[in-house]
Amino acid sequence: MLRFVGRKLLYLVPVLLAVSVLTFLIASLLPGDLAYVILGDQATPEKVEALRHDMGLDQPLLIRYFHWLGHILQGDFGRSFRTGQTVLQVVAERLPVSFELMILAELIGLVIGVPLAILCAARSGSAFDRFMTSTAFAMLSMPTFLSAILLIYLFAVSLRWFPATGYVPFSEDPLANLRFMVLPALTLALAEWPGIMRVLRSDMIATLQEDYIALARAKGLTARRILFVHALKPSSLTLVTITGINIGRLIGGALIVESIFALPGIGRLIVGAIYTRDLVIMQGVVLLVASGFVIMNFVVDMLYAVLDPRIRHGHA
Amino acid sequence: MATLELGLDEGVAAAPARRRRRLGPVFWAAAGWMLLVFAVSLFADLLPLPSPTDMDMLERRASFSAAHWLGTDGFGRDELARLIHGARVSLFVGLCAPVISLTIGGALGLLAGYFRGRFETLVVGSMDVLLAFPPLILALAITAYLGQSIPNLTIILGVLGIPAFMRVARAATLTLARREFVIAAEALGASHARILLRELLPNVVLPLLAFFLLGVAVIIVAEGALSFLGLGVPPPTASWGSMIGEGRESLEVAPQLAFLPAIAMFLTVLSFNLVGDTLRALTDPRQASL
Repeated sequence: MLRFVGRKLLYLVPVLLAVSVLTFLIASLLPGDLAYVILGDQATPEKVEALRHDMGLDQPLLIRYFHWLGHILQGDFGRSFRTGQTVLQVVAERLPVSFELMILAELIGLVIGVPLAILCAARSGSAFDRFMTSTAFAMLSMPTFLSAILLIYLFAVSLRWFPATGYVPFSEDPLANLRFMVLPALTLALAEWPGIMRVLRSDMIATLQEDYIALARAKGLTARRILFVHALKPSSLTLVTITGINIGRLIGGALIVESIFALPGIGRLIVGAIYTRDLVIMQGVVLLVASGFVIMNFVVDMLYAVLDPRIRHGHA
Repeated sequence: MATLELGLDEGVAAAPARRRRRLGPVFWAAAGWMLLVFAVSLFADLLPLPSPTDMDMLERRASFSAAHWLGTDGFGRDELARLIHGARVSLFVGLCAPVISLTIGGALGLLAGYFRGRFETLVVGSMDVLLAFPPLILALAITAYLGQSIPNLTIILGVLGIPAFMRVARAATLTLARREFVIAAEALGASHARILLRELLPNVVLPLLAFFLLGVAVIIVAEGALSFLGLGVPPPTASWGSMIGEGRESLEVAPQLAFLPAIAMFLTVLSFNLVGDTLRALTDPRQASL
């Protein structure tokens, strides 16, 4: 196990380094000089040149990269030239929103997906199974911005049950916070449950064909006990993986939902930084999100190896 | 990385439950819708349609009528014409971007799966790096600076699709490279180039093409999302995503302005997914139990 972890960790280092290089390149090579952005269009060339010199922008790319990386390794991600906040401050401010949204969405997705998967697997091939499998397939073709609009139309415009946009911090008013979170979380969950259901269903169908399930049946155990106690855990391997990946993805990927529902999360932070050309914030946040995703993948790999010993020994 | 096996695992495991020997009516309905969308977007200029960009401020958000079959939008532009011209954008980006991903990703996957070793590690590693970035954010950042235009959008989405195609091609090559006909070709002294082009490529192309249709669906959604946020196709060009985005503003007075393009997009994405998934199930190298 230790060797397995070591090998995976060793692989993590070059990937994270490459992620940082790519982040840096995207922010640096694209047109739009930071000095011009700060000083505005009216700036004289001399002023721009002076500021470029002060910020070290006139140095070669490689030196600037190492300079930037050195600061990051010391925990300094830079600060926004617009608001003066550091990257870590902004992220700490925005992360709870994205985090809450992601947890709620994943929970709702599991609550819808897992029971449906078990029901379908228990009666695979039945009319119910075929109906749910097709529904899940159709739902996979539903872009989140479509379900968002549908939900807004139903629950905010027609029924007026929930607000369409806005946000209140959980610490200020938990109930109001949840009211604002329902529609965005539901939107994401609508995209999550089909994947959860499909994966668990097919794994569970495979598990139900194992000998020990036949033994449990022969012992006269109830169907419910067999499904929930004997079959669910060994079938949940792939589910763990996709849940982990979803979480990693949702941290930075809830961009559209955050934009539609005006939630001040990480996704909107990045979009805002892109619009206002706040390169320092964009660079820092994108690096954090991408590294978070890589590390999340690493954790999932580890978890997978814990659950399935075969992977540790390099058979997969 | 953990994402690697997902697509294949599920297909293999889910396969026994589904029998897809015959192509059912649903498949043909999906294929029919695809053809219809193709045809109208190809012949959009020849159809007797009003201009999709001419505004008529006196007839804003008109409902269905003989002059405007599907009514008009918030600027008095003909909704049907915009839908059809929007289909054009969606299909153009949706078809061209996966061609880029297919060509580059397919070639990389083929080479990585055949030569293995350091080259494979390098290719797989760099794809992991590309996958670490939230794709929409990457696309957004690059379009914001390169400028919004349809070619830029296509290239960016195409590049972002490379890792997925690389994985499909590599997985298929890995299994094929151990098969008898390849070993036989090697024994006969065939060159690497010959084995790659004559033996492996024809077999790898099939799963790649099936995956291509799924890729089209993903790209149509991605283009829609970017245009929806106002960072995709530049206005006044009609695109389904931007139409939905504009329609969202008038959800209370004219919900059809958001829902018509939404339905069109949903049906198109569903059709590509259905046809792609059916073909994938048919061409799936089931022996690929790596």
